Amino acid sequence: MAPYRQIIQQVRQAILTGRLRPGDQLPAVREVVTTIAINPNTVFKAYRELEHEGLVELRQGQGTFVRQGPQAMAPAELAVLRRSLLRWMKVAQRAGLQQETILALCAATLQEAERLLSEEAG
Amino acid sequence: MTAVVETEQLGKRYGNLWALRNCTLALPSGSAVALVGPNGAGKTTLLELLVGLLRPTEGQARICGHAPFDEASVVLPHVAFVAQDQSLYSNLTAAEHLTLGRKLNHRWNDVLVRDRLHRLRIPLDRPVGRLSGGQRSQVALGLSLAKQADLVVLDEPLASLDPLARQEFLQTLMEAKVDSGSTVLLSSHIVSGLERVCDFLVILATARVQIATGIDEALTTHVRLVGPPTALPALSTVYPIVFSTETSRQATAVVRADGEIFDPVWELQHLSLEEIVLAYLSRTRLDDIEPKEEVATRAG
Repeated sequence: MAPYRQIIQQVRQAILTGRLRPGDQLPAVREVVTTIAINPNTVFKAYRELEHEGLVELRQGQGTFVRQGPQAMAPAELAVLRRSLLRWMKVAQRAGLQQETILALCAATLQEAERLLSEEAG
Repeated sequence: MTAVVETEQLGKRYGNLWALRNCTLALPSGSAVALVGPNGAGKTTLLELLVGLLRPTEGQARICGHAPFDEASVVLPHVAFVAQDQSLYSNLTAAEHLTLGRKLNHRWNDVLVRDRLHRLRIPLDRPVGRLSGGQRSQVALGLSLAKQADLVVLDEPLASLDPLARQEFLQTLMEAKVDSGSTVLLSSHIVSGLERVCDFLVILATARVQIATGIDEALTTHVRLVGPPTALPALSTVYPIVFSTETSRQATAVVRADGEIFDPVWELQHLSLEEIVLAYLSRTRLDDIEPKEEVATRAG
C-alpha cells in the first residue's frame, strides 16, 4: 500500500475508534518526518486528502485539526453496517474467494459506489 | 514550470559499450527520486552526466534549463553531489570541510548542519578519516545540504551503512527536505524502505530506463495475477505484462493496470515496491540473452 494511504488509514481508524476526537491536532508535518523518517511530500499528500474528505481541517498558521463532525457515526449505526458486511463476507468466503480477491472486490466496488454517489450528487 | 532535471535521448558510450542509452526523463521538481537498478546498470553514469562530470555521447541533459557539461559554471551552483566514495579529505575535520564549503560557494548555510551533526554527537574537530562510516556519510550529506542547491544528487548513499546509520541518514535528508524544497535524486540497489522517503521511481537496467513514475502510482497500478496458463495470452492483450512465469498448472504475471475489475480466473495480489522493481529487473535478465537492438524497441 502506498505510504500516504497508510497514513490516511491510520488517521481514519484513530477517528473511528475515538483515539482522535474532534478538535484534536494532528502532529505537524515536521514532527512526523522527524519521528519516522518519511518524505514530507507524503505527509502533505495524506493530510491534503484527509482535508478533502472532510475529516480534518487546516487552520492557517495553527496546524491540522480533526473536524467537529458529521463524520462521526453512532456506534449502533456502525454495528448495523458491520453486520451486513459480515453477511456478505461469509457468502464470499463460502464461494471460495481468496482474501486478496475479496479486498480487491471491495476496493473496486467502493470506487464504483463513489462514482455513482458523485453522479447522483452532480 | 521547468523541471529541475530533464534529459532527452541521453546516452553515454565507453568504447563499444553503451553505459546509458535513450534516456528521456523529466523529474518533478521538489520530489525525492529513487534511481534503482542492479550494479552496472548505468546509475552512476547517469548521475555523473547530470552533474556535469561526464560529456554525453548523444542526446542532452538539462539542469534548471542548462547543459551540465557545456555550461558547468551556470549549473554547478544549482547542484550538490555526493559521490559513492564521499570524496572527503580524510585528514581534514568536519568543521574544516564546512569552512572550505563556505569559502568555495556563494550560497552556503551550515547552521542547521552543524546543529544536526552536534545532535548526532559527531565530533566536528576530529579528522573525518577517523570517523565511522555512518558519521562520514552524515558529514558528506551535511556538506551537500549546506550548499542549499536546487538539486541534491547522492550516489549509493545507503550502500555502506548499517540499518541504524541508514535510518539516521534518511532522517537527516527528510528533515532537510521539510525546509528546502530541493529535488533529491539518490541511487540505490537497496529498495526496501525507499517508498517512505522517495516519491518518484526510476528503474534503470541494462543501460536503459525501464520505468519512470510516481511511487504511489507504481504501487497502485502494478499487481500480480495468479491463474491458469491458458488465460495468459488473453491477459497480455488487455494489460501490459511486466514479467510472467508459467508452469503447466499455473501462470503468474505482474501487470501494469489501473486496478479496475479483473477477470475472476485471476487471483489478484498487491505488490511492494521491492517486488515491482524485481519484476522489471527479472524481465531485463531474460532480455540479456537476446540481441540488444531488439531490447530497445521492446522497452520503448
